[in-house]
Amino acid sequence: MFKRMKPAALWPHLSAVVAIAVLAAGCGGKKPIPIGPGSGGNIPTTTNAGNGKPTIEFTVEPSTIDRGSSATLKWSVSGANYISIDVFGAVQATGSRNVTPYDTITYHLKAEGTAGTSTAETTLTVNPGNPAVPPPVTGDGGSNVSHLSLPDRVAQQIKDVFFAYDQNDISGEAQGILTADATAIKSILQDFPNASLIVEGHCDERGSAEYNLGLGDRRATSTKEFLVQLGVPAGRLRTVSYGKERPQCTEATEDCYARNRRAHITAAP
Amino acid sequence: MKKIIVLTITLTLGSLAMFRMLHAQDAKINISGPGGQPSLAVIDFRGAGAAQPVMSAFNGTLFTDLQTSGIFKMVAKSLYPLQNPQRPEDLRPSSGQGLALADWAGSPVNASHLAYGYTADQNGTLVLYGYLNVTNAPTSQPLLYKRYFGSLDEGGARKVAHEFAADIIAQFGGASLAGTKIYFVSSRTGAKEIWSMDYDGSNQKQLTFNRSIDIEPAVSPDGTKIAYVSFAKGTPHIVLMDSASGRTMPFYNQQASLNSSPSFSPDGSKIYYSSSVSGTAQIYVADLDGRNFRRISNSRAVEVEPKVNPKSPNLMAFSSGRSGPEQVYEGSTDGGDVQQLTDGTGEASNPSWNPDGLHLLYAWTRGYAQGAFNIFLMDTATRHYDQLTSGAGRNENPSWAPDGRHLCFMSTRTGSAQIWTMLADGSQLQRLTTTGQNLSPVWGKGN
Repeated sequence: MFKRMKPAALWPHLSAVVAIAVLAAGCGGKKPIPIGPGSGGNIPTTTNAGNGKPTIEFTVEPSTIDRGSSATLKWSVSGANYISIDVFGAVQATGSRNVTPYDTITYHLKAEGTAGTSTAETTLTVNPGNPAVPPPVTGDGGSNVSHLSLPDRVAQQIKDVFFAYDQNDISGEAQGILTADATAIKSILQDFPNASLIVEGHCDERGSAEYNLGLGDRRATSTKEFLVQLGVPAGRLRTVSYGKERPQCTEATEDCYARNRRAHITAAP
Repeated sequence: MKKIIVLTITLTLGSLAMFRMLHAQDAKINISGPGGQPSLAVIDFRGAGAAQPVMSAFNGTLFTDLQTSGIFKMVAKSLYPLQNPQRPEDLRPSSGQGLALADWAGSPVNASHLAYGYTADQNGTLVLYGYLNVTNAPTSQPLLYKRYFGSLDEGGARKVAHEFAADIIAQFGGASLAGTKIYFVSSRTGAKEIWSMDYDGSNQKQLTFNRSIDIEPAVSPDGTKIAYVSFAKGTPHIVLMDSASGRTMPFYNQQASLNSSPSFSPDGSKIYYSSSVSGTAQIYVADLDGRNFRRISNSRAVEVEPKVNPKSPNLMAFSSGRSGPEQVYEGSTDGGDVQQLTDGTGEASNPSWNPDGLHLLYAWTRGYAQGAFNIFLMDTATRHYDQLTSGAGRNENPSWAPDGRHLCFMSTRTGSAQIWTMLADGSQLQRLTTTGQNLSPVWGKGN
């Protein structure tokens, strides 16, 4: 099959078809030469656009693959001094590449010559097939964590939440983080049945040490309460306020202040 | 007492103006005491025999004690006559060389009082013979004569110098700082521990060895106990300690994630503190062993730093976020009658009562950025206030000395947190610490 102009929109329903389109820009009178599909899916296409414009041969074989297999993209161009394929950039006049796309894809080739520009495209259809179901998602996204120690699991899978100045409210952003944290914590507590965790409340260096101990305590408490609402067992979470006694950084900048206004979760020793 | 103490400082210290940010009617502390300011000459004491090597420490300590008392105009030693009396027997009716009191009373010395004496090694003990005379008196009979005993080393020399200075200051109605102790937090070992030092920065001594976080020291009115907050058992909790021996004493902490901000009642029988047992740090009072605790404040805000008024034990100052950013409040020790002392601008914290029960020191960011504290002094009856430090780093944690005229505080003006003292008019600024970060000083009587 062979079509002129805008071929990319034409093929989604024709799963076994490789289309090759050649556009001879500015040429209305010449029809491209159609080439029928071969039995092996190899559809060599030759176009001579006439008027000295570049001639393109652009194929992919096989034209249909199962997801995870590869196909070979081949091209041969004459009469051009610059040739590019959209996903690769500039290429030589003749060449081939192995491709392994995840979904059906149309490749576009553009050949620029002194007399004008020709384009061609070819589509590789990818069948999703019937892959096996992946294991259930765990707190770390499904990678193998059985070898990690409790402190490593806690450090890698539980994220800090941050607070506004002089505040202990759980912001919308913090709610998202804590929701993911709760999933991770429940998984960790299942894997380590004797473990308990400590929710630390921290503050920036502004304000008195005494007040910040109280503020950090509220940050730790509101963080714990949010996690408990999401099903984390309260008896396995303790809180401690470090006020401004254990800052992550000590610069007098808003960035550093913001990093220190946090709740941080660690494994109880 | 008048609501505004009209200050008649005759100190000729030019630095005063620098520390002033004048309010229409400032709060002031009377520095010079009643009856005008005596001018004092103090000879360089010499030691007989083995006592001489420690006399440099002795003379430095004696002069510093007398000078920092703020009571005297100290006469520069360069103006002294060539000869100095060492005992009353040395005094003559007239000499022109320094052995007559008239030589000290007249120009250029113009001293109203002369302190003199000597030390000796007597059977391995350092003995100080100290005298104080009025220079224009018709008699050479000393106003003060006393013997003092100390060990024959620099520590003993400083001890007898402190005692002699205290007796001289007492002659003028002043309370000496000699023997008083400053307790503070230092990070110099790598962990925050509680330390003590003499009021002049000597004798710095580590009291806790928890290698954890030990902060917020408070000292009992008699100086024999300190309370502080430790993370040694995980969560911050209050520890009570004998200040002389360093031995911990039983204190019951409520089952809470936070027990902090301890302070002693004026009679030393109660501990006021802040606990999060209700979910938010609130103020409680308990017996000295932590038992019989009772909740005082009842708000949804963080409330810390309860400080009971030394003259009105039913009143306390505290700091709270109950109306937004932290401010200093005053209220009854049963939780009622709460009034906001600071006007809501910036953030205010660290209240410390003067022994007069009227003047409150505190840290305030008024006029500066968040976290940029300076030391302020408020007359709590009129709410008039005066700014004692300005702009040079953060200045926090003010604490009155037992004499009610000096204060210690933390300042970052040198780039690191260090402890300083000064008179309440901003003069006599002294830096006491140099190593590590040093903060949260409290000034107590000697133990």
